Amino acid sequence: MPQVTLTVNGKKHTVEVEPRTLLVELLRETLRLTGTHVGCDTSQCGACVVHVNGDSVKSCTTLAVMCDGAEVTTIEGLARPDGTLHPMQEAFREYHALQCGFCTPGMVMSAIDLVQKNPQGLSEEEIRHGLEGNLCRCTGYHNIVKAIAAAQEVMHGRRKELARAAE
Amino acid sequence: MYEFAYHKPSSVADAVKLLSADPEARPIAGGHTLLPALKHRLARPTALVDLSGIAELRGIRREGDKVVIGALARHAEVANSDAVKGAIPALARLAGTIGDVQVRNRGTLGGSVANNDPAADYPAAVLGLGATVVTDRRRIAADDFFTGMFSTALEPGELLVAIEFPIPEKAGYAKMKNPASRYVMTGAFVSRGPQGVRVAINGAGPCVFRQREMEAALAANWSPDAVANIRQSPDGLNSDIHGSAEYRAHLVTVMAKRAVADAG
Ligand SMILES: Cc1cc2nc3c(=O)[nH]c(=O)nc-3n(C[C@H](O)[C@H](O)[C@H](O)COP(=O)(O)OP(=O)(O)OC[C@H]3O[C@@H](n4cnc5c(N)ncnc54)[C@H](O)[C@@H]3O)c2cc1C
Ligand code: FES
Ligand code: FES
Repeated sequence: MPQVTLTVNGKKHTVEVEPRTLLVELLRETLRLTGTHVGCDTSQCGACVVHVNGDSVKSCTTLAVMCDGAEVTTIEGLARPDGTLHPMQEAFREYHALQCGFCTPGMVMSAIDLVQKNPQGLSEEEIRHGLEGNLCRCTGYHNIVKAIAAAQEVMHGRRKELARAAE
Repeated sequence: MYEFAYHKPSSVADAVKLLSADPEARPIAGGHTLLPALKHRLARPTALVDLSGIAELRGIRREGDKVVIGALARHAEVANSDAVKGAIPALARLAGTIGDVQVRNRGTLGGSVANNDPAADYPAAVLGLGATVVTDRRRIAADDFFTGMFSTALEPGELLVAIEFPIPEKAGYAKMKNPASRYVMTGAFVSRGPQGVRVAINGAGPCVFRQREMEAALAANWSPDAVANIRQSPDGLNSDIHGSAEYRAHLVTVMAKRAVADAG
């Protein structure tokens, strides 16, 4: 079986995989990082989004063997070791941007990629378009959009602290 | 997915050797068409030949009066490329509307054009700009490349290496997206340039095609009004749960008008 070496959340792993193993299977079943979800398994819903070399990708539609040498970040890799949440996670909590939470890991990973690649700042419409690859069956999206708009201010250093939801 | 073997060659020559040694092997680029097909067991290749390690397939550059884009260029790279945005902004815009952010981060030009899905975006630009498809063994004009539904002039085991897009004076693209899948219901890519006026229609028929009557009208008068009264016949167009052939025929005119307006 082919061997792949990849760095997941800063930690290097070398594992044997069947060529048909999906990246999401490697993450969930071999590395037991079950924060990354599988919703549709047909590349529509975005529950499985992780970062591969800095880009958000659907890990249900990526072969693990094709990630040899890659840097992968999952939802588990965002908070600091002391438990301090990433500003995007904090914003999702503050703005009530989740209900059942199933879409949330993928939503957060997509949102971070979107914000990082748009340092000029995103309008509400741009945020909505940027989330086309992520489906949420609970929230109706409004609070997700508000959370991302607030988080980008902190991520780009325009605000020190997250604007509170009541502000 | 069924089992398959995996190869990762580092040159076009090695990839072609692997593919010709095993007729049941298939190349994989971004995998965003092939992996869903394998999951549905619509294909059963013995081996996948991963193209991602082949440097010759990468790169986007301007060469005189054309823009040359490597087969492995991801949709996001084309959308954000200064060379493409500067020379053929309509092509960059087209790439930026394919699927969603994550699809654009993995899907490639070569994979999309080799697949020739009737509802794909890129084939309209390749035909509508009169591009040349460069393979490991020959050069194929866009007019000879797209041969039917999911079918192209590529021989088994032939690799798409790059596409050369002549730089037009003007080009524009408009599409009606399927609201659920975001694939093209009907789209039009129009251009005026070294190859004259070209109008390519995607999504409507089993394969991207040129609308010659609209080309003639636009050659005489480059304006949305010139195509407004040209009716596309619904004969042979796609009809499915998303739209009838008559609806798509109607959209051909609407999208062509919008594409000319987009070109300015
Ligand atoms: C959710 C979703 C939405 C999408 N929406 C759109 C959309 O709106 N518009 C659109 O146009 N597309 C859309 N796509 C398709 C997407 O753009 C695909 O990525 C693309 O069509 C195929 O590119 P790929 O690199 O993923 O190819 P792969 O899946 O790797 O390959 C596709 C086919 O091409 C062959 N191939 C790949 N590279 C080469 C090469 N260099 N030479 C010869 N053969 C090759 C493979 O063997 C395979 O048969 C969507 C896909 C998904 C999953
Ligand atoms: S599980 Fe990957 S997109 Fe739905
Ligand atoms: S919070 Fe339930 S699917 Fe989004």
